[in-house]
Amino acid sequence: MAQLSLPSLDQPFVVGSIQTLFGLVPQVSSSLVWGDRLGAFKARWGIGRMHYTVEPGLYALGKPDHQSPIFVTANYKMSFDKLREALPGRNAWILVLDTKGINVWCASGKGTFGTKELVGRIKSSGLEEIVSHRELILPQLSGPGVAAHLVKKLSGFKVTYGPILAADLPAFLNHELKATPEMRLKTFTIRERMALIPMEVVGALKVGFIVIPVLFLLALFGRLGGGLTSALHHGLFSVLDLLIAILAGAVLTPLLLPWVPGRAFSLKGFGLGLLGVAMLMIFVWNDWVTWSGRLEILSWVFLIPATSAYLAMNFTGASTYTSLSGVRKEMRWALPLQIGSGIVGMILWLGSNFLT
Amino acid sequence: MMNALVYLRDVVTLSLDQMKCVGCGTCLHVCPHAVLSLTNGKVEVTDRDACMECGACARNCPADALHVRSGVGCATAVINSMLGRKKSSCCCTIEPES
Repeated sequence: MAQLSLPSLDQPFVVGSIQTLFGLVPQVSSSLVWGDRLGAFKARWGIGRMHYTVEPGLYALGKPDHQSPIFVTANYKMSFDKLREALPGRNAWILVLDTKGINVWCASGKGTFGTKELVGRIKSSGLEEIVSHRELILPQLSGPGVAAHLVKKLSGFKVTYGPILAADLPAFLNHELKATPEMRLKTFTIRERMALIPMEVVGALKVGFIVIPVLFLLALFGRLGGGLTSALHHGLFSVLDLLIAILAGAVLTPLLLPWVPGRAFSLKGFGLGLLGVAMLMIFVWNDWVTWSGRLEILSWVFLIPATSAYLAMNFTGASTYTSLSGVRKEMRWALPLQIGSGIVGMILWLGSNFLT
Repeated sequence: MMNALVYLRDVVTLSLDQMKCVGCGTCLHVCPHAVLSLTNGKVEVTDRDACMECGACARNCPADALHVRSGVGCATAVINSMLGRKKSSCCCTIEPES
């Protein structure tokens, strides 16, 4: 018999408690408060994202009894909140697995949202005594980690895979636990993609904050011979060019994903990077008279698409439909090209600044 | 039902042994891209290129009829594993290929 344990009542979203055989189970509400929404917003921007958790264990939504359904979720607070928010006016048990603060899909891919954790958590929450039925409703996207037939064998509980989105749960519950094909299909809508853009930009800027000042200062010192105004102009131009590369790869690629030609993400980012270069050319074409000007223009022709292609390639991790085999295939040709044109671009750029 | 977005063609490692399939349909419930369908009590692969190798179908097949080299299709994770980094702020990591 595993050690019984209940989550702490001392968590900001706990509104009360329910007495059970094993003690007080924390009670939560289906309505989110201001603090929950602020937390979600911060997590989207990467602030405290890896520590945005709830304590694993059993929770009560409303006033559940021994016949109430059991929903299983991850201990990433946003996963937990999406679930309870979707079930207004219902009484249910929520079993939170210890996924180390990672969302359902990622955790199931890693195996932390898995058969072993689920079976252990059923035991340590005393679920067999608290409910009289033997059924669990799991999010569909926990499938990569959980083997339904093994859970049945090891715990006696029958797993039913619910819809992908918690928001579809009321419809699922009203149709005798049947999900429509639409509910089972993982989409990647413009709204879903937009929610991911902040993390992409934050990730790119983390590197950008180091690279951008270095380029700015290099351009400044390299060009001082031509006067301070010119040096400042070229330094700021370098900053602008890198920001355009980030815009193309980390913002526009996610946003315009279905409409940008090419299946490989690198190709999409490369195309948008080229578009950025073309727009820049309109403004700097006058510089194509000196060798320095030509080298500088050429350097960005290499640097911008290489950077945006690389950033776009990394968006495969956040996308909902790329396979590991596909990503490996794409990287075999894309990564050497990105590195190669990055190096060529850097040499040309340094040349433009110091060979005048 | 169609997937709006499809990644590279002919790369997926999904394989199905129809002889073993018992037609329980659990794989259809867990597949997030409607790759599989059930006809006359047997599962078929109907949209192979839509498979993202998440491994949910194979994990939930009680008859061991489905196999896939599963993993997360994430370039950052591939780079991290190439550099020998075990931990990352990215939610996905990839086990080294055996």
